[in-house]
Amino acid sequence: MKRILILGAGTAGTMMANKLRKILSKETWNITIVDQDEVHYYQPGFLFIPFGIYNRKDVVKPKSNFIPYGVEIIYSAIELINAETNKVTLANGSLLDYDYLIIATGVQTKPDETPGLNGELWYKKIFDFYTVEGSLAMQDFLKTWTGGDLIMAITEIPFKCPIAPIEFVCLADEYFTKKRMREKVNIIFVTPLPGAFTKPIATKMLSTMMADKNVTVVTDYYIEKIDNKNQKLISYDGREVHFDAMAIVPVNMGADVIGTSGLGDDLNLVLTNKNTLRSDKYENIFVIGDASNIPTSKAGSVAHFESEVLFENLMDSINNRPLKAKFDGHANCFVETGFGKATLIDFNYDTEPLPGTYPMTMLGPFSLLKTTWINHLGKLFFRWIYWNILLKGRKLPVTSEMSMTGKVVPADK
Amino acid sequence: MTTTEINGVTINVNDEGYFLDASQWSKDIAVEMAKRESIELTDKHYQVLEFLRNRFLKGETLTMRSIGKSGIVDIKQFYELFPGGPLKMSSKIAGIPKPASCV
Repeated sequence: MKRILILGAGTAGTMMANKLRKILSKETWNITIVDQDEVHYYQPGFLFIPFGIYNRKDVVKPKSNFIPYGVEIIYSAIELINAETNKVTLANGSLLDYDYLIIATGVQTKPDETPGLNGELWYKKIFDFYTVEGSLAMQDFLKTWTGGDLIMAITEIPFKCPIAPIEFVCLADEYFTKKRMREKVNIIFVTPLPGAFTKPIATKMLSTMMADKNVTVVTDYYIEKIDNKNQKLISYDGREVHFDAMAIVPVNMGADVIGTSGLGDDLNLVLTNKNTLRSDKYENIFVIGDASNIPTSKAGSVAHFESEVLFENLMDSINNRPLKAKFDGHANCFVETGFGKATLIDFNYDTEPLPGTYPMTMLGPFSLLKTTWINHLGKLFFRWIYWNILLKGRKLPVTSEMSMTGKVVPADK
Repeated sequence: MTTTEINGVTINVNDEGYFLDASQWSKDIAVEMAKRESIELTDKHYQVLEFLRNRFLKGETLTMRSIGKSGIVDIKQFYELFPGGPLKMSSKIAGIPKPASCV
């Protein structure tokens, strides 16, 4: 009996378990999936929690609901991956052999990496919306907050869901406007990047967004530490930004086990071939989702598009054929822009977000780089698609490779 | 895309002066790019530029953290070598793309 071992039962791991169990013979292939948490989180929903649009019940379901019959699920932390001997050690001491390993361990937030962040104001005036706890703590806080400087800060790139901080300030603008206290809140977007938007066409089309929503943008800002006593961010070049409340994206790193197992870079991201999705070093290790170091966004849509490429390449590898499928870095994300509207971006390694319609020319129904209410409905409806179609490894009516269908390349490009 | 001329060589750059083709870079060109940012390159500068280029050419993400842990400079020294937005500025001088996100 051979084994495919999947580490991590989040979005990516769950999709692979479903896809593989459908095709691989139960007589020949044992499929085992390991995760330390029994709860599956709909992470795109966390953003809505601080503003009372969603609550805990809207973003959690048991993982077991999505693991297909015939896949063994083990709830345990992972201690060590020995890629030389094809063995994984779990925290409970058991040893798992594998013929193929799929690493889907994602990324986690590490507030301890920034001095002062995990301090006296953590979850009192400083919150992340990358955990249910952080989002709920922020919801409670905002309910009675009377206003002041509200910072949305990013500590380091890369981080999962690069769009979320932009969505946060848009929703905050809407939230305080509806509470008739917008003028009492000074919303400040702090980023280590040169701008809120960094790709040329998106920048041109969305550049007025921050100013229109009265959001101040502070750029090229690398946070050195948080001064809890005086409620200030301090950058490496000595600039200070005062806050009365802060939403922050802490440093994102891969799972600790990747570091201890010697498989990753200095952020514990697994060194992965960006086209085959196979480990650079080990022919029987594949990587999917946020856990890899491939140069595209960390987003659920990327994991979905990767799953089709990984599936084909894994099948080729099992059948001793050369790997043919190539991942093109495809990602797409709805971007909540507040007041019942959203925009949509669709891109890959080589092509920045372009305007147009998606997925069909003219018929759309979604609009790229334009804010529409249909896009907003798409974002909300996506949760149903996630639980019922995506996680179960079923196909969506869009190409896994990015398509130029519906896209309009501006004349001056 | 536009071009700029450095030491008689035509380089393909984007609207902001960042190299579109990292292979067009050389140390001599770096000297000129640095001068345009009012920086005179020292050995330490070159070590950082090589570090950045190596990471970029290997397809690895450039982060402040990785520079701080590189063993070449710590983050404060990085700011001293390339004042202002050091990652932005050093990327330009190193002939690699500006740090960017997805949008």
